Amino acid sequence: MASTEIARQAGEGVRAVPLAGHVGFDSMPDQLVNKSVNRGFCFNILCVGETGLGKSTLMDTLFNTKFEGEPTQHNQPGVTLKSNTYELQESNVRLKLTVVNTVGFGDQINKEDSYKSIVEFIDTQFEAYLQEELKIKRTLHSYHDTRIHACLYFIAPTGHSLKSLDLVTMKKLDSKVNIIPIIAKSDAISKSELAKFKIKITSELVSNGVQIYQFPTDDESVAEINSTMNSHLPFAVVGSTEEVKIGNKMVKARQYPWGTVQVENENHCDFVKLREMLIRVNMEDLREQTHTRHYELYRRCKLEEMGFKDTDPDSKPFSLQETYEAKRNEFMGELQKKEEEMRQMFVQRVKEKEAELKEAEKELHEKFDRLKKLHQDEKKKLEEKKKSLDDEVNTFKQKKTAAELLQNQAQQAGGSTTLKRDKERKN
Amino acid sequence: MSASSDVLTGAAEANGGAMGLQKNLEGYVGFANLPNQVYRKSVKRGFEFTLMVVGESGLGKSTLINSLFLTDLYSPEYPGPSQRIKKTVQVEQSKVLIKEGGVHLLLTIVDTPGFGDAVDNSNCWQPVTDHIDSKFEDFLNAESRVNRRLMPDSRVHCCLYFIAPSGHGLKPLDIEFMKRLHEKVNIIPLIAKADTMTPEECQQFKKQIMKEIHEHKIKIYDFPETDDEEEMKMIRRIKDRLPLAVVGSNTIIEVNGKRVRGRQYPWGVAEVENGDHCDFTILRNMLIRTHMQDLKDVTNNVHYENYRSRKLAAVTYNGVDNNNSKNQLTKSPLAQMEEERREHVAKMKKMEQEMEQVFEMKVKEKLQKLKDSEVELQKRHEQMKKNLEAQYKELEEKRRQYEEEKSTWELQQRILEQQKLELSRTMEKGKKKKIF
Repeated sequence: MASTEIARQAGEGVRAVPLAGHVGFDSMPDQLVNKSVNRGFCFNILCVGETGLGKSTLMDTLFNTKFEGEPTQHNQPGVTLKSNTYELQESNVRLKLTVVNTVGFGDQINKEDSYKSIVEFIDTQFEAYLQEELKIKRTLHSYHDTRIHACLYFIAPTGHSLKSLDLVTMKKLDSKVNIIPIIAKSDAISKSELAKFKIKITSELVSNGVQIYQFPTDDESVAEINSTMNSHLPFAVVGSTEEVKIGNKMVKARQYPWGTVQVENENHCDFVKLREMLIRVNMEDLREQTHTRHYELYRRCKLEEMGFKDTDPDSKPFSLQETYEAKRNEFMGELQKKEEEMRQMFVQRVKEKEAELKEAEKELHEKFDRLKKLHQDEKKKLEEKKKSLDDEVNTFKQKKTAAELLQNQAQQAGGSTTLKRDKERKN
Repeated sequence: MSASSDVLTGAAEANGGAMGLQKNLEGYVGFANLPNQVYRKSVKRGFEFTLMVVGESGLGKSTLINSLFLTDLYSPEYPGPSQRIKKTVQVEQSKVLIKEGGVHLLLTIVDTPGFGDAVDNSNCWQPVTDHIDSKFEDFLNAESRVNRRLMPDSRVHCCLYFIAPSGHGLKPLDIEFMKRLHEKVNIIPLIAKADTMTPEECQQFKKQIMKEIHEHKIKIYDFPETDDEEEMKMIRRIKDRLPLAVVGSNTIIEVNGKRVRGRQYPWGVAEVENGDHCDFTILRNMLIRTHMQDLKDVTNNVHYENYRSRKLAAVTYNGVDNNNSKNQLTKSPLAQMEEERREHVAKMKKMEQEMEQVFEMKVKEKLQKLKDSEVELQKRHEQMKKNLEAQYKELEEKRRQYEEEKSTWELQQRILEQQKLELSRTMEKGKKKKIF
């Protein structure tokens, strides 16, 4: 019996004991399965491809139902992602299926940023899960997982090689999601061209280091079929929801004047292989890979970005408490520093302004001191003028009084002379 | 056949977009195979289960475990806990790997030798709670690492608590232990050595125990509800027989040609797997065959989450104001820090605004004062200038008057002079006449 992961993990020192009868724990897988079935499953597919490659039709064909949506025009200004969730049921299994479509992919003139909205979308789903996982009170067992489990990348059936947009986009996505490249509308390629096309695509992917999803070969019950299928990648598919009568059966097909392409005929296209691999055999593995590989990678990067480490500089492992406390102290310290900085800035400004105002005050006083001085000079001059006038007036007055005095004397003398004359006359 | 049409169920129309539209599928898609995929993967991974047994010595714990798992977990080479003399309560783990039907199970049995054996048994549950908490702590740390590997689940999934068959009721120690542990682990209380009681005594004893359990609000492991009617009937039957009264045995005895496990007495054989004799079969079926997974799930979703949220709340709100509403506990410590950061930014903004305001106001005040003093000085200057000008005018006036007076007087003087001159001339003439 092959050894299990648990047995391997337990390692040495665990003895295996024989059982003397039927204990009954072989029902554990059934118990587990029953619980999962009761809970329901969920699966999220992302379809990336240019407008008109038949993404919606393929989804309809894969899940045997008509999903919503109008065919999109080619005039989208950027790439947006539209997602729809459906509840499907098959026998007793309930599946919450989310189909996400890229709208407007490859339609712009400048496609440099086309991949960005896709990467952002995928990261957003990871982030939502991470946030839920980090909450204090969380409900992970009933969380609706929106992370993308599989990305079907639609390659245009040119027959030659991958477009550079394809290579760039797939390179950006291969570490974030399980990529399954498929050749769309493959009824446009002949069989011989198809073989060459597949080889070309595979070699281009390899030489550019793009990691596409490999069907797992470690579980012996499915190893064989998976490895066979791996060699048929990328699958060349045709989708159709229309039915045509072949023989006495109605089959899904596309009718051309020269013949009918039957979707479920393995000689015509790889649709059946895709359905087999994607849904019937490896759906659970796709989900597991998303959770244990892609999500963990995202989480690791995010936590490292935020400064979390597993060991301190002395290589001693941190406990959760220590990590959070350290983070918290750092955070508080940062906040305080910011506050201090702001205060300092204000103190500085106040000082500067005060100095400015003082300068202005000084200038003002200087100005008025100067004016005052001028004024005083004027006053002095005025005083001098006044003084000189006064002097003049005084001189004049003196002259006047002296003259008058003289006149009076003269008059008196004249008067007396006249008197004398008069006297003489009389005599 | 017409083209496929989608059939929307009534429920879907009520639910609309948020829930997802219900679709009925035509033709086989294949995801009904998902359960098989899950089955396959789980077998490949293997299973693990940790069972804790607690009870005083001599209650037949080791024998019961051996009976449950049909193996010699405790054998002469690996003696059971009761054969080891303990001074204080210990916690011991034994790990074994058992395989059946392609399924591997890593079984860990946790023993608590010494429990309840001392004279003073205060705090004898402490090592037990410490052990359970330390396993939670290990898991929490493993889960919180940046680099995570496949995490082994060594948390205690179930605790079998052995009650001595006194026939009266629960001992104070029993009640105390269960109260301390019912929120940390799934407790399944068992009546040990049930072959010492008659069915009626057993019935009485069970009723009494359940009454006391309810009185003390002890939460023992509860079976989950199912939609299956059959299953629910079975579960209700089990619930009626709680707590399960068990008998264990390592010896095989021949009864009526059958080889069974049992205990041989002079008056007969008490068969372990006979449903009329004891509830062992029910326990085995419930613990191993039907509810093992549920025990693990409840441990993970309820007990572990309780531990985790308490631990993280302590870390997050360490030193932070404690008027938390219930809503705050939905955040992670990081989200809490984010929130605090945003609050702080808002606070800083407000502080900045206030400081700006104060600053502006002070500046305005100062500028106003400066302006006022400028105006004042200007006024004074104007005043002085006016004063000066007035004085100038006055001076001008005075000068003018003086000039006028002067010129008038000078004119007078000139006239007088003229007169005088004329007079003297006439006098001269007269004088001349007289002389003649």
